[in-house]
Amino acid sequence: MAQFTLPKNSQVKKGLHWKAPADKMGESGKTRAFKVYRWNPDTGENPRIDTYDVPVERAGQMVLDALIWIKNNIDSSLTFRRSCREGVCGSCSMNIDGTNTLACTKNLDDIRGDVGVYPLPHRPVVKDLVPDLDQLYSQLASIEPWLKTDSPAPSRERYQSVEDREKLDGLWECILCFSCSTACPSYWWNGDRYLGPAILLQAYRWLADSRDEATGERLDALEDPFRLYRCHTIMNCTKTCPKGLNPAKAITEIKKMMVERRG
Amino acid sequence: MTEQNTTVQRPLSPHLQVYRLPLLPLMSITHRVTGVALAFGTLVLAWWLAALATGPGAYAVFSAFMMPLGGLALLGWMIAIAYHFCNGIRHLIWDTGHALELESAEKAGIAVLIGWGILSVAMVALALFFWAT
Repeated sequence: MAQFTLPKNSQVKKGLHWKAPADKMGESGKTRAFKVYRWNPDTGENPRIDTYDVPVERAGQMVLDALIWIKNNIDSSLTFRRSCREGVCGSCSMNIDGTNTLACTKNLDDIRGDVGVYPLPHRPVVKDLVPDLDQLYSQLASIEPWLKTDSPAPSRERYQSVEDREKLDGLWECILCFSCSTACPSYWWNGDRYLGPAILLQAYRWLADSRDEATGERLDALEDPFRLYRCHTIMNCTKTCPKGLNPAKAITEIKKMMVERRG
Repeated sequence: MTEQNTTVQRPLSPHLQVYRLPLLPLMSITHRVTGVALAFGTLVLAWWLAALATGPGAYAVFSAFMMPLGGLALLGWMIAIAYHFCNGIRHLIWDTGHALELESAEKAGIAVLIGWGILSVAMVALALFFWAT
């Protein structure tokens, strides 16, 4: 059942105000406020929003640059995931300025006023901006995201025509940052049973692969009131995808395959 | 979910509280809300038919409810059904796999809003016209 409010232990309190050290200030003396979600498992207190004043000359170009600057210069306890810093690894996905995206590719110039930074929505928080994504990883494993074949392996690789390969464009690029799934209200309310956009896009990636021979089996596994059919074309997934992919369309393609195989 | 290593209950990260909902999800919520409203409207429709079949006494009770409270609600249901109908067409188009790109879905959404406006004004104007005469 959908619960629209946050549980008592999750309600966000007002936090600390951190000013940039005087020797780190920029030439103009101007700062930009970063309002960042903080939660420390060691204290057990409710989450809070800390404000960091970052000198505009030091913030860098992307939100991730600013977060790293805060960690290096103001508050080393600020915790977040990051790795490639160029939109390839999917580690630094978070809710920035009200939308899920990658901190490393979100330009600060595209945000007006204060910068609000929260962990991916409706997930248990491990610490600060680090959400627990275990549920999503196990759901990914449940769709068996690998090539399945019955025919004997050929002596070379399994060939695929250029046209068949093109059917996978817009699917293989997914970096599993889970911005889409955690932007989906259906996934917020039914995430324990609904697979969500990221996983269903992966499911379609294997359904659409000309070399895969388990299409029927895969569709059987998805034929369920919750796993697939909780998608109501809200399209928050497509709107938020930092890689410009279209999970909503992939899900509709799966629904179409379901109808078509019934004949 | 795997076992937690801490003894503290992990908080749930904010969702509706922080998410900025653009046109498409707002229209989806409106579809749901109008659908629920129309379900209640259908109950009143059933009451109307039942009262009609039962006799003048029952119908008088129904009429007393309809004027003016139910009448105003009826205007609301007209606006709701106009939305649900127009957006329902968009859902049917989506089910065929069309208008699912961000741009085309938003364009279709604006078309729905325009259609909703025209249909609502027409229905309400007609209703008020018959009410007055």
